[in-house]
Amino acid sequence: MTLGREFLKALWQNNAVFRLLLGLCPALAVTTSAENGLGMGLATTFVLVCSNIVVSSLRKVIPAKVRIPSFIVVIASFVTVVQLCMEAYFYDLYKALGIFIPLIVVNCLILGRAEAFASKNRLFPAVVDGVGMGLGFTLALFVLGSVRELFGSGALLGYSVFGPDYQPLLLMILPPGAFIAMGLLLAVMNKFDARHK
Amino acid sequence: MSQQLYLSSSPHVHSGETTPSVMRAVLYSLVPACGVAVYFFGIPALSVLLIATLGCLATEVVCQRLMRQPVTIADGSAAITGVLLALNLPPTSPWWLTLLGAVIAIAVGKQVYGGLGSNPFNPALVARVVLLISFPVQMTTWSAPAPLGSGLDLVTTATPLGEWKNAVMLTGAMPAEMQGSMAGYFLGNMPGCIGEVSALALLLGAGYLFYRRILTWHIPATYVGTVVLLSGAFWLINPAKYPNPVFHLVTGGLVLGAFYMATDMVTTPVSIRGMLIFGVGCGVLTVLIRLFGGYPEGVSFAILLMNAATPLIDRYTKPRTFGTARQGGSV
Repeated sequence: MTLGREFLKALWQNNAVFRLLLGLCPALAVTTSAENGLGMGLATTFVLVCSNIVVSSLRKVIPAKVRIPSFIVVIASFVTVVQLCMEAYFYDLYKALGIFIPLIVVNCLILGRAEAFASKNRLFPAVVDGVGMGLGFTLALFVLGSVRELFGSGALLGYSVFGPDYQPLLLMILPPGAFIAMGLLLAVMNKFDARHK
Repeated sequence: MSQQLYLSSSPHVHSGETTPSVMRAVLYSLVPACGVAVYFFGIPALSVLLIATLGCLATEVVCQRLMRQPVTIADGSAAITGVLLALNLPPTSPWWLTLLGAVIAIAVGKQVYGGLGSNPFNPALVARVVLLISFPVQMTTWSAPAPLGSGLDLVTTATPLGEWKNAVMLTGAMPAEMQGSMAGYFLGNMPGCIGEVSALALLLGAGYLFYRRILTWHIPATYVGTVVLLSGAFWLINPAKYPNPVFHLVTGGLVLGAFYMATDMVTTPVSIRGMLIFGVGCGVLTVLIRLFGGYPEGVSFAILLMNAATPLIDRYTKPRTFGTARQGGSV
């Protein structure tokens, strides 16, 4: 197991959203714009890396029977940190993401990596895995958010792309648009993988 | 005779009915409705019909080429989707709206699921609802009919259902006087989607389909019957607020929906009991959305929701296999 390969695997082949279909709740709910997707992805990455570090360091201390509650406590602590920091420094993003920031606690991607990887590996691989998985998640949310923002409001990162005459396809920034965009992106990704096998 | 000896499993008696022949019959049956639409709304309606149909055919070709599948536009199913989509759009739809609808109907509503026979939702209704949610302004800009030769331009106005909902929202009661008459609504003299205006023309077409035995009574009758019963009950409770059942029948897309959209063979239950459940479900949802929902018209949402329930209905209404015991009984 080389670290580089582990990183790439976490980023692409085992991409949280497009391959493992984990963490779909935030991936579908907050990606109404590229910026929101990016913000959510980075917040999740921070929590994931930190929780991986702590869980990996404490893996010999935590009793197997209470490991899930212990992981949740660790994750919840870091989510609180993220939430307070966002409220202090990125208030607009904080308002846009709303309830989905505290909900990072129950993002199955984070708990999944704690259980499947961090609690079984040494510190450094756990960090690499956290960064790779987190960036893969961020990438997916950014792409999903970009596609939805592009068609749903004719802009990208807030800058108008199609000009003022464009009639936005409102559906794309509404919940059904999240599912449709997600499905189409999955199809594209499957096609791409099938060709490069 | 190319083949003298024909080997196949049962059934051996075949009606000769094929997908293209069914689709052709449905297309013929829509001619009166299209004719009335062009009469009342003129060239704009004709152009919407053409753009939608050609758009659907083109999208079907492109999708099937891309997926390297045999191109099946000759079976007429894409053309029907196009015509039904056009009948579900307002006559003043801009060309890009119609074209986008056609692309969504075929690409997202049908081909992504694997083409004809595999789509869980009625493609034309998928497109209509996507457009309705995405472009509320364009999709709810209705115009009063301006019959050919009258020299009138299309004038923006509200549909009868919209008129009623507006009044109820503002005053809590029926509007004192509606713009049209029941007979006018029935013939098609009302603002609305291209194809929903004339109940008479749609019923003529449906009659032909009944005659050809392509339609069975189960879904349309239970659908319309449920709407009449339920809206009648509300009307009896409070006639000052709720419109009478006849109003529900002749306005909006009920006839178009009940006879053409809710009877799509692909997206509705196959068993008789399932069809009855489907029709009742559509009727209940339509009345509830019309009377209490945010939108004035609920036919398309009702049918799509029941489409989603179709696999479940089919599962629970499996007929008893011939020769097996009834529940609890002996063979």
